[in-house]
Amino acid sequence: MPSALINVPAKAKRGSVIEIKTLMSHIMETGYRHTASGDVVPRDIITSFTCRFNGAEIFRADLYPAIAANPFITFFTIVTESGKFEFEWIGDKGFSETAQASITVE
Amino acid sequence: MANSEHTRRTFLSLTGGAAVLVIVRPADATPAMLSAAIRNVIGEANVRTGKVKLDIPPLVENGNTVPMTVSVTSPMTADEYVKSIHVFNEKNPQPNIGNFYLGPRAGRAQISTRIRLADSQKVTAIARLSDDTFWSATADVVVTLAACTEEAI
Repeated sequence: MPSALINVPAKAKRGSVIEIKTLMSHIMETGYRHTASGDVVPRDIITSFTCRFNGAEIFRADLYPAIAANPFITFFTIVTESGKFEFEWIGDKGFSETAQASITVE
Repeated sequence: MANSEHTRRTFLSLTGGAAVLVIVRPADATPAMLSAAIRNVIGEANVRTGKVKLDIPPLVENGNTVPMTVSVTSPMTADEYVKSIHVFNEKNPQPNIGNFYLGPRAGRAQISTRIRLADSQKVTAIARLSDDTFWSATADVVVTLAACTEEAI
């Protein structure tokens, strides 16, 4: 089951600025909620998101419990060559997911 | 005419400066945690209002998913770009919302995400530019159904 949704244009003109949209399925449990019996629900969030292009980091984010469930993050980048975007989400309880998307630059 | 324009600008810059003091001075009514979180990012630097645009609905029904976009006026060239954007809130259990690290390759200094707000409160975005100056924008958000308060099942 794919847990990440990535939206990257398949093609772009050299030197243009493209928007990248990402969504990762995750509960983002804040650690501030209680069950009916009064127990604290342990925190379980994604703490870090990184995007690399052809191996070089182009965007990174530190996330806190204030980020809504199923973290949706969009950002921009200049494309100068064809290549591969790699996305990585890291979080509590050993959470780690990756996704990839390719772009052809003309 | 030129003189009156100058006076108006002076006035505007003074009021802008006053707004910044409200955000960063620990002695003010804002919680110490928020000030500490901001100091943690900016150090001893001054924050000026401007350059940053914080798009967030002024009234939201559900605090669990509040769309937010932060954009910064910058040419985003190799010499002049936005290094990072930091977003803070006033009344959630934790003052930090997120830190977003950009660079000249971002092309456009703009990020969007969805956030949680536990109460009606101020949200502040601070941008760090490549010359290590800090710029901020603050928005008031009224939340009718707060996040974090519901019981987990």
